[in-house]
Amino acid sequence: MDLTALWLSLRLAALTLLFLLPIGILAGRWLAYRSFRGKGFVEALVALPLVLPPTVFGYYLLVAFGAASPLGQFWQAAFGQPLVFTFEGLLLASIIFNLPFAIQPMQRGFEAIPAEVREAAACCGLSPWKALLRVELPLAWPGILTAMVLSFAHTLGEFGIVLMVGGSIPGETRTIAIAIYDRVQAFDDVAAGQMSALLLAISLATIALTFAFSRRLGRRLG
Amino acid sequence: MTTEGGLAVSLHQQAPIPLAADFACAAGEVLALVGPSGSGKSTILRSIAGTYRPQAGQVQVNAETWLDSARGLNRPAHHRAVGMVFQSYALFPHMTALGNVMTAMAKAGREERQRRGRELLEMVHLSGLESRYPAELSGGQQQRVAVARALARRPRALLLDEPFSAVDKATRQRLYREIAQLRQNLDMPVVLVTHDLDEAIMLADRLVVLHRGRTLQSGPPEEVINRPASPDIARLVELRNLFEGRLVSLEETGRQGVLDWAGLRMEVQVPAGIGVGDPVDWVIPDGFVVLHRRDRPSRGEHENPVPGVIGQALKVGQTAHITLYPDHAPNLPLHFSVPQHVAERNGIEAGVGAAVSLLTKGIHLMPRFSERGQGE
Repeated sequence: MDLTALWLSLRLAALTLLFLLPIGILAGRWLAYRSFRGKGFVEALVALPLVLPPTVFGYYLLVAFGAASPLGQFWQAAFGQPLVFTFEGLLLASIIFNLPFAIQPMQRGFEAIPAEVREAAACCGLSPWKALLRVELPLAWPGILTAMVLSFAHTLGEFGIVLMVGGSIPGETRTIAIAIYDRVQAFDDVAAGQMSALLLAISLATIALTFAFSRRLGRRLG
Repeated sequence: MTTEGGLAVSLHQQAPIPLAADFACAAGEVLALVGPSGSGKSTILRSIAGTYRPQAGQVQVNAETWLDSARGLNRPAHHRAVGMVFQSYALFPHMTALGNVMTAMAKAGREERQRRGRELLEMVHLSGLESRYPAELSGGQQQRVAVARALARRPRALLLDEPFSAVDKATRQRLYREIAQLRQNLDMPVVLVTHDLDEAIMLADRLVVLHRGRTLQSGPPEEVINRPASPDIARLVELRNLFEGRLVSLEETGRQGVLDWAGLRMEVQVPAGIGVGDPVDWVIPDGFVVLHRRDRPSRGEHENPVPGVIGQALKVGQTAHITLYPDHAPNLPLHFSVPQHVAERNGIEAGVGAAVSLLTKGIHLMPRFSERGQGE
């Protein structure tokens, strides 16, 4: 059992969520309430990671993050280290490839709030900020929760993009999914089996908890 | 511009929803905006509340200006002290009845909000249901929570958007009585939007008739439904006896005149602005069409007798809705209704002859130029 890899995976997933939560809420809310020219294009762009093969997506991220790219050079200049094959680079990639998993459920969550309810919040004297905290977020919560669970599970399980952008550096970029592949390559079936079972258990528990929780929420909201 | 505590509204735009609405509502007055679906009623209400921004207009409440497009002033909705009851009630589903009401009093302390919240719920007869969620309340109860929530903010204006359309008829009747009772304690202008003319007549002090975003006529309900300013308005207030005619004589002092209706001469009251020879549109509300008794046939001494043939006698409950084809112009049917027992006693049925009187005081003449309407 590669505990370092497990810890790294959990850390990566948690940090990804931390960044995706505000990004998803802002972007999801924006896409839910606003109509503008090119909205379809923006939505397609957000959904792109869903359909692109991980290796293709990973390749483009590798190019975009590399030492020859403006982003890579900026990162090197600002933080004194490269973006590729580092934990930070992996985190950035993780945030990007999780965008559809975070934004789409949140967008559906905000879309489910009737326009009249949002108007009622304003007519009750709630500022847009207070309306977000007290009316919109509680009502969009099932969507937000779904988004977080999907992103978490997806981060734990992503393989192709992680390998392309991060490689397999122990303690830096070797996630548990990579470690399993690594153990299988080394014919260490026991460790691979243990880690797979653990990942299975974690995924199942998260999903089950979410379902139970959103059902309770759904009952109350009727 | 406004009366003390009153509301003055003027909204104008071409697109996407045409608006040409001007009206005022005094403090304590209930004003009903009536018109068919899509006539811009809800948009006007939202422009007052601030959740919709028209291209041009002013909204003033008391001394406060909420909207003045000429000065680029547009106070956001949450800074307008407005109470709004939505068609779907728009209660916050994740909050209890009390929580919903308390949310609209954000500025007060928690205890004060709880005390007033309970008071308001008691006022709308919901004591004991404070901790219920909207999903656990009936339609009528939800509507009352919505009213309590709208009043919680101590609004300068109360806006009701089709508030009775989502409840059953029995509940609606009860809510009408409650609203009528409630309004005696309200000192702010109340604007009610409805497509139901009867509802407007029952609840409002004044009607404003809307068509395609344009305010066509405003006045006391009785006046608007009996004396529409134009044929368009007559149709909007569901007057079916709408005809054309021409004034053939006029006795200037009393404004008494004789109207030619497709060859039939009738005595009428002539409003100013109509002269001899002028073509006019005229209406007569159902209530001023009086059926002659069979056993006492008309001998000409009745007011404006119209003999004809019954085309249809439709029994709806205890009322008979009758169509009469006048002998002089069978293509211009008259519509009226009488209690069912009256219809039976007089042997009213399709195909039989009958006569009615068109009471002079009910005949309303409209000069042809009035198409342009009022409020411009």
